[in-house]
Amino acid sequence: MRIKTISRSVDEFTRERSQDLQRVFHNFDPSLRPMEKAVEYQRALTAAKLEKIFARPFVGAMDGHRDGISCMAKNPNYLKGIFSASMDGDIRLWDIATSRRTVCQFPGHLGAVRGLTVSTDGNVLVSCGTDCNVRLWSVPRPSLEDSDLSSEKSTEPSAVYTCKNALLAVDHQFEGDLFATAGAQLDIWNHNRSQPVQSFTSGSHSVISVRFNPGEPDILATSSGDNHISIYDIRMSSAARKILMRTKTNSIAWNPMEPMNFTAANEDGNCYSFDGRKNEEAKCVHKDHVSAVMDIDFSPTGREFVTGSYDRSVRIFPYNGGHSREIYHTKRMQRVFCVKYSSDATYVISGSDDTNLRLWKAKASEQLGVILPREQKKHEYNEAVKNRYKHLPEIKRIVRHRHLPKPIYKAKAESRAMNDAKRRKDDRRKAHSAPGTVVTESHRTRRIIKEVE
Amino acid sequence: MTMEVALEDNNLMEKVLPPDEQEIDVELEAKEKKYLRGEGANLETLKDKKLKTQLASREKLYGKSAKAAAKIEKWLLPASAGYLETDGLEKTWRVKQTDIAKEVDILSSRNQYDIVLPDFGPYKLDFTASGRHMLAGGRKGHLALVDMMSMNLIKEIQVRETVRDVAFLHNDQFFAAAQKKYSYIYARDGTELHCLKERGPVARLRFLKNHFLLASVNKIGQLHYQDVTYGDMVASIRTGKGRTDVMEVNPYNGVVALGHSGGTVTMWKPTSQAPLVQMQCHPGPVSSVAFHPNGHLMATSGKERKLKIWDLRKFEEVQTIHGFHAKTLSFSQKGLLAAGTGSFVQVLGDSSGDYSRYMSHSMVKGYQIEKVMFRPYEDVLGIGHSMGWSSVLIPGSGEPNFDSWVANPFETTKQRREKEVHLLLDKLPPETIMLDPSKIGAMRPSRRKERPTRGEIEAEKEVAVEAAKGVELKKKTKGRNKPSKRTKKKKELVENVKKTFPEQEQGAAGKKRRIGEDAAADLPSSLKRFARKN
Repeated sequence: MRIKTISRSVDEFTRERSQDLQRVFHNFDPSLRPMEKAVEYQRALTAAKLEKIFARPFVGAMDGHRDGISCMAKNPNYLKGIFSASMDGDIRLWDIATSRRTVCQFPGHLGAVRGLTVSTDGNVLVSCGTDCNVRLWSVPRPSLEDSDLSSEKSTEPSAVYTCKNALLAVDHQFEGDLFATAGAQLDIWNHNRSQPVQSFTSGSHSVISVRFNPGEPDILATSSGDNHISIYDIRMSSAARKILMRTKTNSIAWNPMEPMNFTAANEDGNCYSFDGRKNEEAKCVHKDHVSAVMDIDFSPTGREFVTGSYDRSVRIFPYNGGHSREIYHTKRMQRVFCVKYSSDATYVISGSDDTNLRLWKAKASEQLGVILPREQKKHEYNEAVKNRYKHLPEIKRIVRHRHLPKPIYKAKAESRAMNDAKRRKDDRRKAHSAPGTVVTESHRTRRIIKEVE
Repeated sequence: MTMEVALEDNNLMEKVLPPDEQEIDVELEAKEKKYLRGEGANLETLKDKKLKTQLASREKLYGKSAKAAAKIEKWLLPASAGYLETDGLEKTWRVKQTDIAKEVDILSSRNQYDIVLPDFGPYKLDFTASGRHMLAGGRKGHLALVDMMSMNLIKEIQVRETVRDVAFLHNDQFFAAAQKKYSYIYARDGTELHCLKERGPVARLRFLKNHFLLASVNKIGQLHYQDVTYGDMVASIRTGKGRTDVMEVNPYNGVVALGHSGGTVTMWKPTSQAPLVQMQCHPGPVSSVAFHPNGHLMATSGKERKLKIWDLRKFEEVQTIHGFHAKTLSFSQKGLLAAGTGSFVQVLGDSSGDYSRYMSHSMVKGYQIEKVMFRPYEDVLGIGHSMGWSSVLIPGSGEPNFDSWVANPFETTKQRREKEVHLLLDKLPPETIMLDPSKIGAMRPSRRKERPTRGEIEAEKEVAVEAAKGVELKKKTKGRNKPSKRTKKKKELVENVKKTFPEQEQGAAGKKRRIGEDAAADLPSSLKRFARKN
């Protein structure tokens, strides 16, 4: 006869000294956990509510400019600093980490500064403006005396180049020392030459924005005032690709993780993601803004992008999703003209008409600072369990809820009513016509008129 | 070596395994099934490619986690289950507790004892979820809270009234006692915290752990559910079936089962006034009900000396055991069933598929067993009887490996406090009590009814009309055979046949209705917008 019973010795299951860790034993058998789905659902509900409780995205505002902010630039080598330029020619370098103050000023422009960019090694700042000048500045090295707040340094430009017409945008090549300016025509400059190395003219309309491709150093995308988006290879003499849309594109951003794709921020309130190689239809249409989208920037992860729009809001979109996951707005923030996603993918900076730069968290309920591993695990668990049940009505209602400012809310309701009416009429027209005569255009091609080679 | 192969991606060539490792693989696969918690989704029917790839990668992840859990169960769990194996002609039910005591170590033999308290009446027992604390309530008013690991009497009080039932709340800090007129909630040091007047004289008290609901049935047959966190009476249901004192909670889904004197077992949830299920289990009154922890089996015993095992998925009887009238029943964590009758306890085990005799224990003749209950996470059966309480060893009844986050018998004060907070955060609302708890978050089945289409009904009608027309009428003689009358009769026949069909189409109303969806298929496309959209 063989008999064995469960006998647990206490010292095997408890700790010896109070300095030791408590012993934890796991048994993953599902029969020990009845009603686990209901418990999970309850935890998802609590996680959704907690996320809303901790959602405080606004970190701070940086005051200093005396006119609306027209453009911003990130320094690829220095995480804490950001350059901003305003409509009265004032360029400043801000320290956004601890002090949120101006570190350095770059006076010199006489009119509005329309474009700012930094070279990839972080040494040269290029700015251009409506006073037809391109100015190159050498970026001061961040030193141990950074915390010296009393002296706001100001520097002299290292070079000033003049053009014939006002300049509207500038962007620097990722690997190399060429930069491109946009104005009456597209010019490619070298740091050391006072005249553009290369020029592209196309039509009579000005080029509004320019952006170099992060993957291919010689490819850039521009948008022009006659509703074209053009992709240039600077080794060739004319545009490689051209897309004609119905409304003009205010800004373009390339996806840093998938450099063949770019997203264009359009005047009709939508953002269109294109595959650079195949332009007949947009890969994705991102619709949520009610007014023109002024600026767009991708997160370094390539999974999200932030847009700033004329309707006084900043939205964060997923790279492949049609609707925004987040909207930031304040009563004091007026028309947003430029946005940037910080290089550590944690913050979003918006520059607006009310002369302030605002710093926001990219994930509104994120805990900043050092997080203990146990806290990190809990956050990850909460995210995972919330994503599992986020389609259920109670949780969806909490997760989706955002307070919108009244003008945006009303504009959206109106556009929804208009779209519903239009769709209903189109459906009826289709039903009463011979099958095949009325073709509904997909949203991805609706706003593209044609592709011009 | 083969373990590494299993851990890596399955792109490698299949290796031929030696036979003993093949056995381990089969064993692991069997364990994996338990952790997969059902079948995977059928992804073939999906047309959306993005969704398909997302779901496919998730299913792969589930498979990996099930494999990892199966391996942990096989290799890393600290303790193994108890067993009682006899060889040759010896039968397991002839093994006495004294024999067991000889074979087993000192720690386990401490769990065999009899506590004789003849003055205070038959004792009812309750254990906490971790099995560490026990509450004994004697009929004549004796309440005792005992720490089972150190055999320490933490607190005993004499309430000087009849105590009919006792129950722990979510941990050992609070317990409830159903006394003569009302029920009371006490703290661990014996302080009376609440008097639950609304319920009246309660016959049976049970606590639903996940929902923090204290359920009770009183002498008039009313069922009460009260949320003990803020004291709200969630439901008070008039069962309408008279007085009963047989009430058990199904740990799998939280439904409460009552056994009635007519032989029916009804199952209740707090959000409805009508029972979820009514089963006719016995010809006579039901004496006791018990639920298997996996939620699929229920044991009931009736006064006609039969014990029946029911499958709760199909609500069918699986097995009947004759011979004795079991006054009290209890399932252990490993599925052993203890039945107490008179002064005799029978333990039945299902090692051979059906429940059969595993062990038995008979007490001194005068002791009338009031309640048997298995102690969680130990191979121990607690017996409350008329002369006190006893504890006997039943090898193989308890779960050997506990999970510290679920129930920890070695809890410290800090851990107990943290656990209480987490339990409260995970408290389920009473609406989640349902017969199948895995339905939460699942898809609702489509409500499309299988109705015959209009075309099919027309075809049937045609056939029936043809049949009616083909009926030969008897030719009457003696002047009652006018041709007009004959045609009239034929027409009537056909009309009667046609009348039976419109009943199926229009139902009760007969009003002019919008064209149903099944008829939409044969409409011209310009009229399709008038078809009712479901």
